[in-house]
Amino acid sequence: MITQEHAAIHMHRDDIASRMGMWLFLFTELLLFGGLFFLYSVYRFMHQADFHVAAKELNVIIGTFNTAILLTSSLTMAVSITAIQRNSKKISIIFQVLTVLLALAFLVNKYFEWMTKIHHGIYPGSDEYLSMESGRRLFFALYFVMTGLHALHVVIGMVLISVMTRFTVKNVITYDNYVKLEAAGLYWHLVDIIWIFLFPLFYLIT
Amino acid sequence: MDNNAAVAANGHVSFLDYQGKYKGIRAWILSTDHKRIGILYLIALITFFAIGVTFGFLIRLELLTPGKTIVEPQVYNEFFTLHGVIMIFLFVIPGLPAVFGNFFLPIMIGAKDVAFPRLNLLSWWLYVTGGVMIIASIIMPGGPADTGWTFYIPYSIRTTTNVIVTGSAALLLGFSSILTGLNFITTIHRLRAPGMGWFRMPLFAWSLYATAWIQVLATPIIAITLLLIVIERVFGVGLFDPALGGDPILFQHLFWIYSHPAVYIMIVPAMGVVSEIIPTFARRTIFGYKFIAFSSLGIALFGSLVWAHHMFAVGMSDTGQFIFSFLTFMVAIPSAIKVFNWTATLYKGSISLEPPMLFALAFIFLFSIGGFTGLIQGALSVDIHLTDTSFIVAHFHYVMFGGTGMGIFAALHYWLPKMFGRMYNLKVAKVAFWIIFVGFNTLYFPMFIMGWLGMPRRYYDYLPEYTVYHQIATVGSWILITGMIIMFTNLIKGMRKGKIVTARNIWGGETLEWTIETPPTHENYDELPLITGTPYEYKQNDSEEIPEEINH
Repeated sequence: MITQEHAAIHMHRDDIASRMGMWLFLFTELLLFGGLFFLYSVYRFMHQADFHVAAKELNVIIGTFNTAILLTSSLTMAVSITAIQRNSKKISIIFQVLTVLLALAFLVNKYFEWMTKIHHGIYPGSDEYLSMESGRRLFFALYFVMTGLHALHVVIGMVLISVMTRFTVKNVITYDNYVKLEAAGLYWHLVDIIWIFLFPLFYLIT
Repeated sequence: MDNNAAVAANGHVSFLDYQGKYKGIRAWILSTDHKRIGILYLIALITFFAIGVTFGFLIRLELLTPGKTIVEPQVYNEFFTLHGVIMIFLFVIPGLPAVFGNFFLPIMIGAKDVAFPRLNLLSWWLYVTGGVMIIASIIMPGGPADTGWTFYIPYSIRTTTNVIVTGSAALLLGFSSILTGLNFITTIHRLRAPGMGWFRMPLFAWSLYATAWIQVLATPIIAITLLLIVIERVFGVGLFDPALGGDPILFQHLFWIYSHPAVYIMIVPAMGVVSEIIPTFARRTIFGYKFIAFSSLGIALFGSLVWAHHMFAVGMSDTGQFIFSFLTFMVAIPSAIKVFNWTATLYKGSISLEPPMLFALAFIFLFSIGGFTGLIQGALSVDIHLTDTSFIVAHFHYVMFGGTGMGIFAALHYWLPKMFGRMYNLKVAKVAFWIIFVGFNTLYFPMFIMGWLGMPRRYYDYLPEYTVYHQIATVGSWILITGMIIMFTNLIKGMRKGKIVTARNIWGGETLEWTIETPPTHENYDELPLITGTPYEYKQNDSEEIPEEINH
């Protein structure tokens, strides 16, 4: 009589609750980065000239390219959600895969960008790093920590979207039950928007 | 006994006997039932509490005589770090929300579970993993962290002890706390029973709501701060390291931006428990319901703006100090509102001094002392004298142990019989209470005096003139521990073999948990209740607004 099936009937679906939970989680992510933005503003205020000079050492072209990639990936993510809402499973899957590929392209670029810095001896613990002026060192410390943490979020986003793709293939995500995909989409837009702030702070304000 | 047989025998099957998908231990550690998760938390919590108490006991024992009593200074440093980390991250922060919030929040608002049951189980697993990591750091090569629970830089990036392990563990615990908070906010918004408007919610639910917001909004800051310590130790990026141009005071700001609101994560749910117990045992409608509800939110708001009062002696502009001191005084107002409302509820009530009530009254008394001494430190001039003395230690133990600790003990005595359907020995519980109360004051009150006289906190050694206070305190710790052993033995024995209770309403409370089976069934309610009135209407027992079955 009272069995797991019976209980399952009462596990009602509440899309609004799922969205609310996701938005709350996104707030916590923003605050997580908020701590770093706080450090950035204080150190920028303390070492204005050094930050100014150090920012010129970053490659604006790669940065711009990556911004374009990430913005496009947000578009493909949004398209995949609209597609599933219109019951076009195949198109949705294609655009989810595209999103993951764009994310990968972003990471590849990031890898080469970091590697260039490391080849020039700019990494924590190097002689070059230890002999810099404090302001310049703090700039690069923030650069590595903030873009590193962001890259970690890109990886998490890729895993998340890949799982969603699997769900879509297996019809767990369908045109009338797509809240999971929507949540993954929200997460991906968050990753995008954090980059939108990182890009000017590190690359453009020179 | 399978579910059908149990239903045939008793008419219902309690969540304790319920047969789900899994059997044996897995029926518990993989259960998404909020009640089972609550009990999982309870077991883990009591285990960690016992370990934390042991380290507290050892600290006091070491301080019995000046110089070395039992251990070397390094070990002593590890003791007080472990005591702080375990008590804060594993006991007082998760204590009430994770155990009683999980168990009773859905029931009190008339729901069958929390909004995200699987996330709920995940947060328990994160909690246990974090806890095990902290305990494991004791036996790891290098030894447990010796920085104090505050992980202040630069020492925390210089010491050779396992700061990374303890820091990562605290990070996991923070994540667990965030998930619980997120779950509770969504649950309260989405799963209230039909008719349960915001102002018909029990005050415990209100306090959990305020707490959940602090958990969600403040915890990410400690997460990034702890992550930065780990990064600092592994890569040496220099964001906080003064040798590399970083600013250690910024670390303190980030740390306290979380850790001050965190003290309200600890105390606000305890205030919620007291707001439940006082009306039940005074047989009176709670006085000033809305004021108590809103004061929880007020504490959550003001409590987020006062962190720098931990740093008056660190170096800050006069304006900054003035503002933070002023806000610190402000935050006392919502706490005082609660205390006045509780006393007003007691006034002309027909009070019965059952064990939960004794602990709740102890909460009011001890929390008031803790609160007033907090105001003393909020005053700038006095704080310079008191910073880093054992006056501070006394203050926060009066608030955290005398407040939250007593709140947890009160909740244990109030709700455990409902959870397990068994009763503990009431007489033993009362005796244990008085021993705890006497032991507590003997232990912590001398710390106010010696702190005022200049005894620094966390010191291994002390001048001979402080000996008498230290010895009184150490004797107090023995009394306190004796009381707690009696209390926990009584509770554990009671829940395993005590008298079976089947009455729905054990104490004569008016909130929803007293309208369902004891112990509750797997789904809490067969039919969701329809709420037609406020939760504390003791004076109108004949009113038709109250469901029939409550009146008996």
